[in-house]
Amino acid sequence: MIWLWPSSLQLQIVLRPRFAGQSEPLLRAGAVLAGLVVGIPLLLTMLGFDAGQATMALVRGSIGSMYALTSGTLVRATPVILTGLSVAIAFRAGVFNIGAEGQLLVGAAAAAGASLLPGIRTSHASPWIALAAGGVAGGAWAGIAAFLRRRFRVLEVISTILLNFVAANLVGFLVRGALQEPLHIYPQSAAIALAARLPRILPGSRLHAGFLVALAAAGLAWWVIRYTAAGFRLRAVGANADAARIAGEINVARTTTSAFIVSGALAGLAGAIELTGVTFALYENISPGYGYTGIAVALLARLDALGVIASGLLFGALEAGASAMQRDAGVPSVVVLVVEALIILGLIVAWPLQMGAPSGNREEAVAGERRAQEEGA
Amino acid sequence: MSAESLTSAFAEATIRTATPLMLAASGELLIERAGLINIGLEGVILGGAFGALVGATHGGVSAGFVAAAAIGVLVMFIFAAATLGMGADQIITGTAITLLSLGATGTLYRTLYGAGGVALSIPSSTPTAIPILSRIPGVGSALFAQPVVTYFAYAVIPLMWWWFARTQAGLALRAIGENPAAAIAAGVPVRRYRLAACLAAGALGGIAGGVLVLAQAGTFVEGMSAGRGFIAIAIVVLGRWKPIGVGVAAVLFAATTSLQYVAQAMGLDIPYQLVLALPYVLTLAALAGIGGRTTPPAMLARIE
Repeated sequence: MIWLWPSSLQLQIVLRPRFAGQSEPLLRAGAVLAGLVVGIPLLLTMLGFDAGQATMALVRGSIGSMYALTSGTLVRATPVILTGLSVAIAFRAGVFNIGAEGQLLVGAAAAAGASLLPGIRTSHASPWIALAAGGVAGGAWAGIAAFLRRRFRVLEVISTILLNFVAANLVGFLVRGALQEPLHIYPQSAAIALAARLPRILPGSRLHAGFLVALAAAGLAWWVIRYTAAGFRLRAVGANADAARIAGEINVARTTTSAFIVSGALAGLAGAIELTGVTFALYENISPGYGYTGIAVALLARLDALGVIASGLLFGALEAGASAMQRDAGVPSVVVLVVEALIILGLIVAWPLQMGAPSGNREEAVAGERRAQEEGA
Repeated sequence: MSAESLTSAFAEATIRTATPLMLAASGELLIERAGLINIGLEGVILGGAFGALVGATHGGVSAGFVAAAAIGVLVMFIFAAATLGMGADQIITGTAITLLSLGATGTLYRTLYGAGGVALSIPSSTPTAIPILSRIPGVGSALFAQPVVTYFAYAVIPLMWWWFARTQAGLALRAIGENPAAAIAAGVPVRRYRLAACLAAGALGGIAGGVLVLAQAGTFVEGMSAGRGFIAIAIVVLGRWKPIGVGVAAVLFAATTSLQYVAQAMGLDIPYQLVLALPYVLTLAALAGIGGRTTPPAMLARIE
């Protein structure tokens, strides 16, 4: 269609600043690594710990052995790669989905429900059915917030946070009701059957097929965002909703809603994978905040889908190492949250994130979308 | 349980839940009217709670509240330095601040006070009954035999209304949230106002955390803010960015939360978790209800 051509060209020009400076990702990665190498021992010393001993434990627990690398780092990285991807896709579209945690929880609950159904319980397809159920549930949970945003203009930052609490209580309700283990003693579900568990992919380790699913999801997302029309619409809307609507004739509301639901599905998938690959049962504290870590992972990756793999691996290593640090050096593992926060703050200050809009002002994108909605797009 | 003691227990629980929410939400209201949004309010409250613990173990209840406010101010100073000072995105900075506070308070708590297990015994704020009012049957003692900080929370809402509506500074702050260019043209020092709003919000959020430790739990627990910061942000929207509205929204939310006690007392067989989820669901419904008919400050979350 001839009329699309010049306007798409204009959009390309608008989008260009995003891709300028190819060496920047390397520079940033270097800065983060240097910051960690200097910062972590410094932080530990300030807190009065034996920095040498604690740092050794951190390294040993994350990359010190084949077992630590596969059963620790890669297993921990799997859910945060997926939640990181979830956040990245939403943020790329200008949707502030802070609800990956809740979407993950309902995903895990749906996966548990599916895995325990009589017909599916021992089927060979069971794990994959569970993953599908988790993705659908996560997408539907995000869909509530997407609907509230589109129909009632409820800020998604707030609705997704509220839905996180509802999801946590929902899981609490399920593990004491419909999904409780047969003896009705503990607030958790029965363990899922062996056939319902994700296959291990490396002998002698806890690494499961979910890791490959996470890598594949990241690769697919990267390709879709970069090379397809849908990905172009996503980038265009996130960059400048007004321009996308006027010059590109893109249906802004539909694009953001789709991105929101896909984002929720990825977080739901993370929950389903954690359930079928690691915990094998549903209980209340199934996620130690993977949804919130996903925000840090996505930001560290500058919302790039392939970058999410790298930053997910880094956070997986940090969290696996932090557990070892608590065990072997007595350093509270929550210290890793301080490290995550400092990474985010350091990056956001050093390289202000262009959430999309070339002016660096993402709110204009949101405001533009609002206007589009009001005009009845 | 008699009807009167049930009413009293319900009112008591409502006020108890509403106090920290009112304080934190009025702080958030202050900065949102100046065009800022702090998703990290949760971190401010948690920092305040930890500050209260440290302060109270060294110098009693008053020192606890002072330290709570001071840590709240410190956390908001970090927020202001990143967003106002260096133009960082507010949502992202707020997220980082929550993580920072969760991690820092958790680490320091375990480092300074052992790995937990032993509940610390710290001085707590005792109720001060207001003569006559506290004798009102049913709700009197629930409303008017409270720690002093609760009366402070009662006072903050009308004070803020007065400040916004009747003072030059309140008007200037609102102008900043609606049209900073005009405010600058009128000679308002925009950045200074925004910084002041941030620090005041930090003090209020910190005191809200102090309430949890000094007037309610009597000790510090990791992550004890338990989502109150996020709820307070929703309450600001629910209260339509107006002080009185925020006060009413906080009390309504608290009342819904307190229904669980009524349900328990009356022996209703409703699953506990569903009752716990109710306030969040109702808040969502209320937000949807007012969605089309309320206007946030025009410059919310935008920085020039």
